[in-house]
Amino acid sequence: MISAHYPALQVVIPLLGAVLCALVRRGSIAWLVALTVSWIMPVIAAAMLWQVLADGPISYALGGWEPPWGIEYRVDALSGFLLLLVSGVGAVIMPYARTSVASEIHASRQAWFYTMYLLCLAGLLGMAITGDAFNVFVFMEISSLATYTLIALGKDRRALLAAYQYLIVGTIGATFYVIGVGLLYSVTGSLNFVDIAGKLDAIENTRPLLSALAFLTVGISLKLALFPLHVWLPNAYAYAPSAATSFLAATATKVAVYLLLRFFFTVFGAGFVFETLPVSNILLVLSIAAMFGASIVAIFQDDIKRMLAYSSVAQIGYITLGIALANQSGLTGGIVHIFNHAMMKAALFLVLGAVFYRIGSVHIDSLAGIGRRMPVTMASFVIAGLSIIGAPGTAGFISKWYLAVGALEKGWWWLVFLIVLSSLLAVVYIGRVIEIAWFRTPSEACEGVQEPPPMMLVPIWIFTAATIYFGFFTDLSAGIAGKAAETLLGGLK
Amino acid sequence: MQLLEQIVAHYNHWITIFLMVSGLYIVIARGNMVKKLVGLSLFQTSVYLLYISPGKILGGTAPILDDKFTVYSNPLPHVLILTAIVVGVATLALGLALVIRINEAFGTIEEDELFGEQEEN
Repeated sequence: MISAHYPALQVVIPLLGAVLCALVRRGSIAWLVALTVSWIMPVIAAAMLWQVLADGPISYALGGWEPPWGIEYRVDALSGFLLLLVSGVGAVIMPYARTSVASEIHASRQAWFYTMYLLCLAGLLGMAITGDAFNVFVFMEISSLATYTLIALGKDRRALLAAYQYLIVGTIGATFYVIGVGLLYSVTGSLNFVDIAGKLDAIENTRPLLSALAFLTVGISLKLALFPLHVWLPNAYAYAPSAATSFLAATATKVAVYLLLRFFFTVFGAGFVFETLPVSNILLVLSIAAMFGASIVAIFQDDIKRMLAYSSVAQIGYITLGIALANQSGLTGGIVHIFNHAMMKAALFLVLGAVFYRIGSVHIDSLAGIGRRMPVTMASFVIAGLSIIGAPGTAGFISKWYLAVGALEKGWWWLVFLIVLSSLLAVVYIGRVIEIAWFRTPSEACEGVQEPPPMMLVPIWIFTAATIYFGFFTDLSAGIAGKAAETLLGGLK
Repeated sequence: MQLLEQIVAHYNHWITIFLMVSGLYIVIARGNMVKKLVGLSLFQTSVYLLYISPGKILGGTAPILDDKFTVYSNPLPHVLILTAIVVGVATLALGLALVIRINEAFGTIEEDELFGEQEEN
């Protein structure tokens, strides 16, 4: 039965697709390959998530070698959720990429874009599915190297600098991660997450274990752009090709968050991380700093793509806030925000890509009055923007609601106040764009500009519709996130 | 005296730490992009030692099932590090490729000149 091999296919298909893309060399054919591959992935991911929700976690022994000796691919509610999110976002962006990439990247390099896109997809899916700590490193580097290349494909020459900076910081992060895994391996003799977790009880609170946790936390935090380790992100997002920015903003940092959850809750155990050590307090302070610091910086950006990049750093703050709360509602809020933020940020970056396609700029001055020229596109910006703010009726509200409930359960009413206050900062930077785009007289750049082609509009509106849908019907988002949080918190008394 | 013995006994770790810290220092302190990559490589190489040196047991043989041998060294770290070396080489190659492109686009690979230029724009 082919369905028994779904976990392996999740990584193998995009890898093979990437090789195929590199071989055909022609942009349009490479796009067809990438489209086919990226549309198969969510089907497989959905089938696995369905199976997990019905029968419990799937364990797949790669190559027939039983865990803990062989590499285990393990799908539970959380990783299944992530797989569906990453592959789904990858699939929706693909049709959009055709037009956007054709206008932003030279014809001879388009096939490379799709190759790197699929490699990045393979790496991210691999990180989410594998149950082996070293295997995670390999996939992390596959996705990272592909990401550096994707960013360097950007039109602006500063994209090269952004890619180089990210390469340095990303490699330091990945190396910290390997150091952490190496320390864990030297004390437990195992690389399998579940197996390590079982062996840690005996050696709790020893020095190698503490340094392993420290290295892993810092390394993964670099990857997920936790404030103040976020400096690589704004330039990388601002100069990468539009389709790549949307894909990375929606998936790459999210998978890193998943990894952090995996180590905190499954491997080290919530009891050790949150009760014995002050990790919760550190994360709490950094999350709040991100929510405020990055939002304030976002307000002063004139390049809207960069503004949204800073907003991403702030939104990651909400996700890590959920982890810091470490109770059922808070963690549900954090996990569901992984999903919701992916939807709204993908929509916003895609809108900017469409604007760039039509007027060749995303500077705030050239956006004046563009709402009247491209009303359908900019309406999506308004809706997704409201979701970033956390207005009721959008997905963003659901995440913040769970976070606020989580804070109240802990008795931290001041935190609820801070969540609302930081949302007001989002009102400022999103509102500024809306005001200029809709209420100013159209600038010269917007003369005679039309809506983008349907191939771009449809993906934009799929994400926008998702932010509304998941603002009302939360079974699929918060429901599964709640289940995942329950499993993760199982270790906490 | 005991402390000194402990320090000497773990000399492999001291070498690892020295390489790690000096690599990281070069990455942070140097403005030349190629030198930064050299530092990065050094930093990554230190991790190879971190994995391989505890895997070796003095007097241990390769893991061959035979009555004559009872003490085995762990072969897994070598395999892991083989993968990590490949990753390191790929990263270095990509990094150098980027530096070449940066040199073509900006005419310099010194960070202070690059970022000074950016502010003027």
